[in-house]
Order: sequence, then C-alpha cells, then structure tokens
Amino acid sequence: MPHDDHDHPHALLPPDPALRVKALETILTRKGLIDPAALDEIIDTYQNKIGPQNGARVVAKAWTDPDFKAALLKDATSVVADLGYYGRQGEHMVVVANTPEQHNMVVCTLCSCYPWPLLGIPPGWYKSDAYRARAVREPRKVLAEFGVTLPETSSVRVWDSTAEVRYLVLPMRPSGTDGLTEDELAALVTRDSMIGTGLPKVPS
Amino acid sequence: MGGRFGDGAVRLEPDDAPVFAEDWHARALAVTLAAGSLGQWNIDISRHARERLSPKDYTRFSYYEKWISALTDLLVESGVLTEEDLRGEADKEEHPLAGRKMKAEAVAGVLASGGPADRPSNVPVEFKPGQEVVTARQSANRLVDGGHTRLPMYATGAKGRVLMVHGTHVLPDSSAHKLGDAPEPLYAVVFPASELWASPEHPQDEVVLDLWQSYLEPA
Repeated sequence: MPHDDHDHPHALLPPDPALRVKALETILTRKGLIDPAALDEIIDTYQNKIGPQNGARVVAKAWTDPDFKAALLKDATSVVADLGYYGRQGEHMVVVANTPEQHNMVVCTLCSCYPWPLLGIPPGWYKSDAYRARAVREPRKVLAEFGVTLPETSSVRVWDSTAEVRYLVLPMRPSGTDGLTEDELAALVTRDSMIGTGLPKVPS
Repeated sequence: MGGRFGDGAVRLEPDDAPVFAEDWHARALAVTLAAGSLGQWNIDISRHARERLSPKDYTRFSYYEKWISALTDLLVESGVLTEEDLRGEADKEEHPLAGRKMKAEAVAGVLASGGPADRPSNVPVEFKPGQEVVTARQSANRLVDGGHTRLPMYATGAKGRVLMVHGTHVLPDSSAHKLGDAPEPLYAVVFPASELWASPEHPQDEVVLDLWQSYLEPA
C-alpha cells in the first residue's frame, strides 16, 4: 500500500470529521451494507447498557466474598462471564489486585485496548497521546495529576495491554466500609479505580 | 508512542462525562463495528489500517477521525467500496455483501459473543513463569517488511521475567497481513522500570507487557 497522502482513499471524503462520518454512513447505507437502526442500537448499548457499573459489581463482590475473589484472580474470564459480563473486547480477562505494597495501573500504548464488557468505552484521556505516552514512563506523575499519591513503600506495576488480554484492577477495599452491602460498596467503586488511575470513594 | 516526551498533562474528565463527547464519535464507532461485521477483515487488519495512516495524518487526526479514515481506506482496499463510490458517482445497485449487513436485532448478540484470539497451536511453550527472557532488539515484523507488530519500541532489547503464560494466541504480525492466524504462546512479561527508562521514578516500579513467543529469547 503506497503511503503518499493523495493515495489514501479517505481524502476523497469531506475533511471535516463529522461530515466524513456522515458521508461514509450515507454511502454504506445506500449500498445496503449497514443499517442505521443497527448503529443506533450499538450506540445505545455502549451509552446506556454497558459501562463501569458492571466492573463495580465485580469489585464489590470480590470485596465481600473471599472465594469469589480467589476464583476471580485465578480465572477472571469465566468468573465474570458467569455474571453475564462477556463480549467484544473482553474475551480474555485478567484481574490484578492492589495491595499495600503494589499498585496496578492499566494502559494501552499501541492503541486503546480496554475491557469493554466491564468498563464500557474508554474515556477520552485513556485514548489520549499524553496518557499513552506517559503512563509507562512516569506513572507516579500521571497519578499525581489524577490526585493520587502513593507511599514510597508501594511499587507501581503498569500493565501495557499489547495483546488481546484485557486487564481490570481490583482496588483495595476502603476502611470504614464494614457492614456495607454489596450495592453500597459498588457505589464506591469508580471507573478510574478499576483502571488504576484512581482510588475508590470513601464512605461519607 | 509509549515513553514519548512532550505530550503535556493528561486532560482529565469527570466520571460522569458523556461516553461520547460528540455525536459523530458515537457514529464513527458504530459505523466501524457495523462495517466490521461484513467479515472482510479482522481486528489486526483494522488496527494496522489505523497505524498505516500517513504520519502526518496520524499526528493531526483526532482519535475517531483515525478510525473513520482508516475504515474508509480499508473499505476501498478490500474491494467493498470503490473510489467512485466515495465520490458519490457509483450506481445505486444493491451490494453483493448486503446479505451480511448487521441488523438492529442482531447487535446485542454480536457484541455479546465477542471474538476470542486464542487458538490451538503446535508451537511448543518455551518459557515458564519466573524464567528470564530478552525481547527482540528491533520492533519489526519478520514476515512483512514494515508490517504490523505489537512489540512497542520502548521495550526492545530489554530483559524481563515471565509472569503469566496466557496460552496460545493469534500472531498479529501474520494475521494483519492475511497470512493466517499462526497462533503461538503469549506471555505477560514483567520488566523493571530501570530496564526501560533512563530515569525511572522508583526503584521498585515495573511495567508488564503481553508478548508473543517469537518476540522473545531466553536471557
């Protein structure tokens, strides 16, 4: 494939990205290759049905059920699939647990790999050049921008998702949460705490 | 771009920011997924199409602009659309692939079924957890010059330790070029930050990468 700019077919579509998408959608629809109603359905799925609430439920369950946690850390794919969380971009799941000695953080430096069935579509910053470039080299400076400061006694392990394996961080259960129900605990689990750029909320 | 300098601060968004910042972002994602279901390429081919945008376009395009532009290129390269189609000059006859169109009622099933990347392989597993390995000195596709590969530049020639054996997975270097799945063992390999960076932030920090067996040699 030639690499000269003018040889790229995308240059034949309008340069404005919103118009470019619209043009391509129109052409494909006219040819009978895509169905706009299917597009609406895809968007609705990731806007309203699949999101970090799924991952939060997994984390809350791991906080309350030691057997579940042990199984999750051993074979996350089948354990979360049993809860109904399987699908596109979550075919091979690994869950990594934070401890007082080790903090985990996930990035994809090559593209934007992310566990969709558990967290939904990644936020803009996860897909940004700044996060992808810096998370592997200076995770502590990046964490500081998120308002997270780790003690010197904790190491940071950054997971660069270079294959089809998707990683989810199991944050530590905050203190002062004894006796909370699984639902109450799930409400403390933020999206960023499962990427490793944040910590769970502390009950007020 | 892992390790690159000069990108500035990470621009944070609140937890409740919309999933798609712009309507066209959502459309770009949906058109890409729907076109993928026509079955004319795999995930490695589509990733490679984004990476093959000219360096100038790759740098100036926003995230979903890369998606939609690479998708357009892929549709033409794979013969699904012609340049005349893109110019709006083509006939309006139904396309031979129209029977594969993803229908609204099929969406939930397609998204829920996924596409696993593990395959049976007869390549023997060479390394076990705890074993020291060294990554290839260059990040390069050994099958196609200048082709797709998944060893980041920042992790070349580095010594690490096998943390997990993920089983045997499709090799993107082959699959992205329609040379077959060529499944081989895939490992999570952990590297001390000091092995990768001139000025690591902390002596105990580490980076883990998923790497195929052919990217590795025994240390």
